[in-house]
Amino acid sequence: MDKVDPQTLLKKGAEASLFLKSWHGRKVIVKTRFPKRYRPTELDAKIRSYRTAHEPQLMHEAKRAGVPTPTIFLVDTKNAAITMEFVEGKQLKQVLPHIPRKEQQELCAEIGVLIGKMHRSGVVHGDLTTSNMILTEEGKIFLVDFGLGEKNREVEARGVDLHLMKRALQSTHYQFAEDCFKHVLKGYASVLGEDAEKVFEKIREIERRGRYVDERKQAN
Amino acid sequence: MKPDEQCCLGVESTADDFGVGIATFKGDILANASSGYVPEEGGIHPREAARHHAEAADKVLAEALSTAGVKTKDLKLIAFAQGPGLGPCLRTGATVARALASYLDIPLVGVNHSVAHIEIGRLQTGAVDPVTLYVSGGNTLVSAFDAARYRIFGETLDIALGNCLDVFAREAGLKHKKGMPLGAALERLAADGEKLVSLPYVVKGMDISLSGLLTAATTLLHKDEYRLEDLSYSLQEHAFAMVTEVTERALAHTEKHEVLLTGGVAANKRLQEMLRSVAEEHDTKFNVVPRQFATDNGAMIAWTGVLAYTHGLATPVKESFVKLRWRLDKVDVPWIK
Repeated sequence: MDKVDPQTLLKKGAEASLFLKSWHGRKVIVKTRFPKRYRPTELDAKIRSYRTAHEPQLMHEAKRAGVPTPTIFLVDTKNAAITMEFVEGKQLKQVLPHIPRKEQQELCAEIGVLIGKMHRSGVVHGDLTTSNMILTEEGKIFLVDFGLGEKNREVEARGVDLHLMKRALQSTHYQFAEDCFKHVLKGYASVLGEDAEKVFEKIREIERRGRYVDERKQAN
Repeated sequence: MKPDEQCCLGVESTADDFGVGIATFKGDILANASSGYVPEEGGIHPREAARHHAEAADKVLAEALSTAGVKTKDLKLIAFAQGPGLGPCLRTGATVARALASYLDIPLVGVNHSVAHIEIGRLQTGAVDPVTLYVSGGNTLVSAFDAARYRIFGETLDIALGNCLDVFAREAGLKHKKGMPLGAALERLAADGEKLVSLPYVVKGMDISLSGLLTAATTLLHKDEYRLEDLSYSLQEHAFAMVTEVTERALAHTEKHEVLLTGGVAANKRLQEMLRSVAEEHDTKFNVVPRQFATDNGAMIAWTGVLAYTHGLATPVKESFVKLRWRLDKVDVPWIK
């Protein structure tokens, strides 16, 4: 008889908990969205089942476009749980501060390429942070956590996606955020060509929309 | 006040309230006087609000000094909200502050209004290093201290939470009364809501967007299909769940052990309840700024002025121009290690 594996809580995130489990001899991650007591039950159920159903679809689309994402094995919308491949590696958030500038730039350009490919396939991630990128031993970057993503080809959505990446870099890696983001955009442009320029213009527009932004002085 | 105690007078005038507070250098709030501008209709008209501030200034100033039992000659420092905020309003407060500092020949220090909301929250609740949700008519942001500054982890991509609630309340015909802000009137209606109406719920990373929610709620309001109580309830539930979700994300990301709720919307009991729930789930301590320090006030400016000045900051009059879009994360806070 199979031994029942105790599951290990790998990470208790804000939105979901990640459990490391053995499943048919594989190491898998079970991502479970538990109910949130703070919001009304109906709203909570709607948000959790929507995100659970959509996340695997988006990951699959991104993978087809050449963006490494964990393989999905099981989707349980009733319990808001997704069983997926466990990717061995380190979060980019932990790696970036400890490598030479040159390597940072190369990794960031590669991130830009991946985001470009993903956007070209019609997917926006919705939560591009260096915590949601895993660097494997072989140097491959996996994008994870598509829970806030959507299928959207609009320039606006792409702009917001990249704007979020920039904001995440500024809050987590403020020492070298500007330089990193520059290289992300470089990689992005190498994939999307002329379309990238429209997205960049959109990013500037989004920033001007923000509260208390210096650039808005000129816009007013 | 003890005879030799040093104190600072702070002037707040970033939006519709003109406030004067007095704080000792040890952190006792001796006075917190204010006068609010109530528009006849619609939102804040900056020039009209500034006119109100100019007219109310001497009365509010006198009230603060008399409550504190302090003579102007006993003041050691003048602080004022240098930004962010509405230009005409900020300039009125800055003029009052400059005049006082010059006349009394004491130092002047300009403070950031957003920093002040966090500092008064820390002072009043004892929170040390919290993830702060600062929600008001002009601001909606989630912040936490890291390396010399309050970093912004999440914020609204468009309108502020208080703005969203106020505009809906006005559309619903609620009137701004003295002592009863629009948000409070809406909160009362929402308490009688029974049915949750589905509205847009927009979280993007750690940021949120509220303009679509407001448009959807307002459109439904004018269709007359739902009870106003139900719509108010649904608007609050959606908007508050969004800010709570991003606060929780920041909490998980930063791994801090305290949550602080501050700003005008912090007075809302339902929002407090949601944040308390999240804080408990993460075994963190929940703190909410007391009501009298939730809305814009002079005491928070006075206290932040003390912190700044005692850590080597001062603002010479010629550098005391107001900063309308002075972001929280552009300000060094040397008093936190």
